Amino acid sequence: MPNVIERLIGAAPGSPVAEAMAARAALLDASQANYDAVLTPEDPGGLSQPLRFALAARVARLGGDAQLAAHYEVDGALPEEDARMAAILRHVDLIAATPREATRADIAALQAAGVATGDIVRLSQLIAFVSFQLRLIAGLRLMGAAP
Amino acid sequence: MSDVVHDFTADPLAWRPYLTPVVLDEATPAQREALKETPSNTKISDYVLVLAHDPESLGQRTPLFNGIMYGRGGLSRAERELGATAASVVNRCIYCVSVHAGRYISLAKQPEVIAAVFDGTEATLGARDRAIVGYATRLALNPPQATAEDMRALRAAGLSELEILDLTLSVAVFGWANRLMHPLGEAIRPGIHPNAA
Repeated sequence: MPNVIERLIGAAPGSPVAEAMAARAALLDASQANYDAVLTPEDPGGLSQPLRFALAARVARLGGDAQLAAHYEVDGALPEEDARMAAILRHVDLIAATPREATRADIAALQAAGVATGDIVRLSQLIAFVSFQLRLIAGLRLMGAAP
Repeated sequence: MSDVVHDFTADPLAWRPYLTPVVLDEATPAQREALKETPSNTKISDYVLVLAHDPESLGQRTPLFNGIMYGRGGLSRAERELGATAASVVNRCIYCVSVHAGRYISLAKQPEVIAAVFDGTEATLGARDRAIVGYATRLALNPPQATAEDMRALRAAGLSELEILDLTLSVAVFGWANRLMHPLGEAIRPGIHPNAA
């Protein structure tokens, strides 16, 4: 079964980009295993699966990838906004768009809003994975577009 | 804190987490399993022990990261490190920069290339290095700003499609690593911190 990236790229069979992807099939499969680990983990901790998909869609939108955002939006749902959720959303926006601006105070803000240590790491991996995925997709699209 | 480093360097630094790392003696079976996938047998770093708070992700991420940076064939190890360094400069991950700029220099013996990346003067580089750094920098931005012109420059400089994919993977995986290492801790001067990795 094609993985999420292969489905989104839809490279023409036999094209140069399809051949490069085939040569790196093990890494694309490993990317899918990481997708499963951050979007549909066995132990979601304090970040439900619908929340994870909604946050992934947000990262994809901030990264300018409407197609990837649409992929995530289907299964995404944000809970009612409280102080904890507001802190999570603020952190997602900061790290997805301007990670260079992050400081110790941003982690302290999550802790002050009641986000547990494990959930801070889970959230960080989710934001970071989608940031990886959208750059891989952007590069593959450029490879496939220009002959 | 006075030992925190804010400027780019290719010299070795240490890293201090903002979160408490998992204590190995208190690790759950899932955390222990994920920690087996760490890249070496040396003392497990605080960075990996912080990531062990999410063992499912850590266990999958390590083999992917190692495959992208150290896998056989395709782009040279040095040029993967150059892509990683350019991305880390964009995201200002001072610790990531120190590690991967240092590795590039030991592999390629071209410190002047790293100096140009730090100064933003990659226009002075040869065509291949310039194409790699330009593409890596623009792909690392958010949203990514890489263009068909970058792709033409990479191909004109002689990169194969597989090499371009390997470069894309290295930049992308540092879009990931930078968003862990920089937000979750800070680069510090090495040597006087018993807990620093």
